[in-house]
Amino acid sequence: MPFKRFVEIGRVALVNYGEDYGKLVVIVDVIDQNRALVDSPDMVRSQMNFKRLSLTDIKIDIKRVPKKKALVAAMEAADVKGKWEKSSWGRKLIVQKRRASLNDFDRFKLMIAKIKKAGVVRQELAKLKKEIAS
Amino acid sequence: MAPKQKTRNPELIPGVRKVSRSQMYHKRGLWAIKAKNGGKFPVHAKQETLAAVEEKPPKFYPADDIKKPLSNKRTAKPTKLRASVTPGTVLIILTGRFKGKRVVFLKQLTSGLLLVTGPYKVNGVPLRRVNQAYVIGTSTKVDISGVDVSKFDDKYFGKQVEKKKKKGETEFFEADKQEKNTLPTEKKDDQKAVDAPLLKALEAVPDLKAYLGARFSLKAGIKPHELVF
Repeated sequence: MPFKRFVEIGRVALVNYGEDYGKLVVIVDVIDQNRALVDSPDMVRSQMNFKRLSLTDIKIDIKRVPKKKALVAAMEAADVKGKWEKSSWGRKLIVQKRRASLNDFDRFKLMIAKIKKAGVVRQELAKLKKEIAS
Repeated sequence: MAPKQKTRNPELIPGVRKVSRSQMYHKRGLWAIKAKNGGKFPVHAKQETLAAVEEKPPKFYPADDIKKPLSNKRTAKPTKLRASVTPGTVLIILTGRFKGKRVVFLKQLTSGLLLVTGPYKVNGVPLRRVNQAYVIGTSTKVDISGVDVSKFDDKYFGKQVEKKKKKGETEFFEADKQEKNTLPTEKKDDQKAVDAPLLKALEAVPDLKAYLGARFSLKAGIKPHELVF
């Protein structure tokens, strides 16, 4: 199985440890074997160990260590946010966040909705089974 | 504040004053007062002192010295309510026979306990007092503007004092059973009066009535410290 996601300038990664946990950042330069210079529109450009980064499929077109304005422009042009929120990984994270923020009342309403849905599915299944049997 | 009084006789060094005794007599004008009153300084008439009551020596001296405890004049403040607990909040009761029930908070009583109601028709919890420590405050609020809770206080919930009657032994068991079980109609009416506007407010929100009728419980995979209430 060949590798598909590479560490390169312009690779978008998700921070999976530390203060910036959960942020999408762009690899802007490689410092050495273990560390990268990383930047994002809402943070100060800083170094991060590769172990703290999970590479994504998204890549943007930038030169080595671009100025903040150029970085932001490139991210807009490539629509990083949109692509991320449409990707299945991005969507999963959004759902997880939503579930974690559910209120006790919301969890109750969710339970009722699940039961109703299961009821409807079971009815349809029963109909189909009947048709097959007859 | 009155302006600082001028001292006629300042202390120059601790123990040494500026003006002598005879000079002070002159300064204070005691000679003028005496002259006004015919040579004598005016004096209040002596008050009659009551003759001291003769205290009889006590008949009994206790054998040991009993220490009296120190007096304590502190008054307790009602418990501070958590930010999540405000009138109209849905609370989850954690202990007692109503554990797990979701209940509407009405007001805090002077003792610090929370006045709470089911409503009774929805989940069987009557007007009741509950301790804030045994309650989870959820972020769901109910509109209680139509409810009048001013007549309820801690005395309303106190135990009714029964009059003591002297009975013969045979009557003991029978009479006891009959007296204790019924709730006075007054309290039932109070419950209805409080619950009526509440039920209207509940029906305005979909699923809220069913929510209050259900009990809260932890299920497999749920981590209480991660739950948002």
